[in-house]
Amino acid sequence: MFKLSSLLFKSKSKSKNALTIIRTFNNLQPCNASTHANSRVPISRNFCTAPERDSIEYDVVIVGAGPAGLSAAIRLKQLCRENDTDLSVCVLEKGSEVGAHILSGNVFEPRALDELLPQWKQQEAPISTPVSSDKFWFLTKNRAISLPSPFDNKGNYVISLSQLVRWMGAKAEELGVEIYPGFAASEILYDSDNKVIGIGTNDMGISKDGSKKETFQRGVEVKGQITLLSEGCRGSLSEQIMKKYNLREKGGAEHQTYALGIKEVWEIDEEKHQPGAVLHTLGWPLDHKTYGGSFLYHMKDRQISLGLVVALNYQNPFMNPYEEFQKFKHHPAIKPFLEGGTVIQYGARTLNEGGFQSVPYPVFPGGAIVGCSAGFLNVPKIKGTHTAMKSGMLAAEAAFGVFNEGLDMNTYWDALRNSWIWEELYKSRNYRPAFKYGLIPGLALSGLEHYILKGRHPITLKHGKPDHEATNAAELHSPIHYPKPDGVFSFDVPTSLHRSNTNHEHDQPPHLRLRDPKIPELTNLPVFAAPESRYCPARVYE
Amino acid sequence: MKIMVTVKRVIDYAVKIRVKPDKTGVVTQNVKMSMNPFCEIALEEALRIRESGLASEVVAVSMGPSQCVDTLRTGLAMGADRGIHVEANDSMYPLFVAKILKKLVEIEKPGLLILGKQAIDDDCNQTGQMVAGLLNWPQGTFASKVVLDKEKQVATVDREVDDGIETLCLNLPAVITTDLRLNQPRYATLPNIMKAKSKPIKKFTPKELNVDIKPDLEIVEVTEPPKRKSGVLVSSVDELIEKLKHEANVI
Repeated sequence: MFKLSSLLFKSKSKSKNALTIIRTFNNLQPCNASTHANSRVPISRNFCTAPERDSIEYDVVIVGAGPAGLSAAIRLKQLCRENDTDLSVCVLEKGSEVGAHILSGNVFEPRALDELLPQWKQQEAPISTPVSSDKFWFLTKNRAISLPSPFDNKGNYVISLSQLVRWMGAKAEELGVEIYPGFAASEILYDSDNKVIGIGTNDMGISKDGSKKETFQRGVEVKGQITLLSEGCRGSLSEQIMKKYNLREKGGAEHQTYALGIKEVWEIDEEKHQPGAVLHTLGWPLDHKTYGGSFLYHMKDRQISLGLVVALNYQNPFMNPYEEFQKFKHHPAIKPFLEGGTVIQYGARTLNEGGFQSVPYPVFPGGAIVGCSAGFLNVPKIKGTHTAMKSGMLAAEAAFGVFNEGLDMNTYWDALRNSWIWEELYKSRNYRPAFKYGLIPGLALSGLEHYILKGRHPITLKHGKPDHEATNAAELHSPIHYPKPDGVFSFDVPTSLHRSNTNHEHDQPPHLRLRDPKIPELTNLPVFAAPESRYCPARVYE
Repeated sequence: MKIMVTVKRVIDYAVKIRVKPDKTGVVTQNVKMSMNPFCEIALEEALRIRESGLASEVVAVSMGPSQCVDTLRTGLAMGADRGIHVEANDSMYPLFVAKILKKLVEIEKPGLLILGKQAIDDDCNQTGQMVAGLLNWPQGTFASKVVLDKEKQVATVDREVDDGIETLCLNLPAVITTDLRLNQPRYATLPNIMKAKSKPIKKFTPKELNVDIKPDLEIVEVTEPPKRKSGVLVSSVDELIEKLKHEANVI
């Protein structure tokens, strides 16, 4: 108790009234300090019926224990050691443990990790399966046509990103980073100058109707001199911040475009397993107006990860990405891999495809945005982990400059534009936008970019319409008939969901809040034939 | 009065269990581990008793590999005052847990020993009963309600049994094992998790406690339960009787 309060007393410029004291209280007793053995007499607090929120302070608060957030945390502590100083760093993670909410293919380019933790191999990072082959197929309904692989995965590894993130979490904790899984940052805290001063975690123990349960616990305020948001693609707080400070306009960025990746991990037959084998496909089951493709990576221990990525600007509102993925597994060139195998896990995640054109200005008063929340994924390479990590490192360096030399966070923006992230994103900026003209023109333009132009020209294609505007009305399309799942290769959503290890307590408020609850009835159903019943791979819209 | 609570580190209840390919057990690598739900309930009850003023201290005990410290920290974050970690890397069968607990009880001298009724990994439902036998203490298992009377030094325990509820009155010190409906465990708040880091955890080994934990059980094989066969639609009552007689052999 006393150790913690000294943390608070160290903080600068706090008036007497603003001083918050950690109180231990539980809601089984009335909110009155004098009856508590452990409480301290507060100075000028009023004992209202709604419990006050406790407040904890750090130098740097990082939201999201993913590759970007953990890279930032690790880099900060490294800089502290190099400069014989220290900063308190706190990472909040909404998943039940570090790595629980990480989902990715993943063919890993170790470029950023080599810079961050060059001894990763000796330190037994879970990176052990180098890419052994790189295939690229164009699928039709019955055939697979081999195309020259546009990727260069030499030196890359097939990994499980959630395992790598778990390892990074352990490394961060060794360096003194405090990581708290199980706590979601649900709101941003501002001071009177509209500067971000930290985040608030969610209240826990609220029942479905919004009332407090027996186990109700008020969230806490986690304040930081600098707040880094590393929530991943379409992070809720990041989106709020980008809107509030107009970061898209400030950075001259276009809107972000998205794709949905649906993935399964299988354990397959020994003879069919080729560790390090990488396969990507284009074409079937997606039509020529829909951008997307599949991946099939062989990890170790007879496990493979396979999935389908569908860009969310698809036009046909009857399309069901989950069902397309189930269909894909039946292709005569894919099925053989899965014969005799068992599905172990299922999951899905959105990713950003906007690349160079969609990177917002990533600095706001009081902090910065790193990783996929800003959007550094290299679309033609289909890799975003290395750029996310590098962005975390650059933000950490900028943040350290703020504490150590009195610089400001805008040096992060400068550092980004002078880094290899920018080089990569600039070079690959036209691949995805080229597909707005269709699959064949897209392939042709991409081929041109890849083999001849390599981005060395002044033209930057713009994105097409924002994803949500690209959906056509239902009357322009006909419903797609999807085959029934056979329970061996393809599965229904409840079976898959059971494999995703998501388990939510029933008695809690719904996670989705509709801005206008009338829209599903008035617009979605008549115009688009209720696409929400098809586009969610977890079937959350009922 | 001191209360001792055991907490076990088990595979999280929400994880889909898989049998290892060599059939020696289930896959535990890279799998989420948590505190046994019944142990959470046991700890919650102990905390409530302490908060009502009837106990002075709650000590959490865990036995197993070094990662058990994480489970103890969760317990400390919920509100336990101290932790004890008995480090052992072999499987901990109920009898050995009971023997070690007996030794710890002799050292700590708690007035109440609360355990979860069973662990969700082995479903043994034996440890509480065994330790009560070893200590020659009264036991109230499958507790759905616990009321302490400090003056008379008794605990009144409502037990969930097959016929309904049985109410027992136990002289303290006693062993109680908790069932699901006893209480709703509290969330560990962020400030409490931070405070828990500085709470003490004492380490022991079975050797130090003079307990031999050489297993007298050997796991021969672990297999998945057979897949449920799909039902068959019959077209008439006669066909049903036919099937019940000749295929299911039940009449």
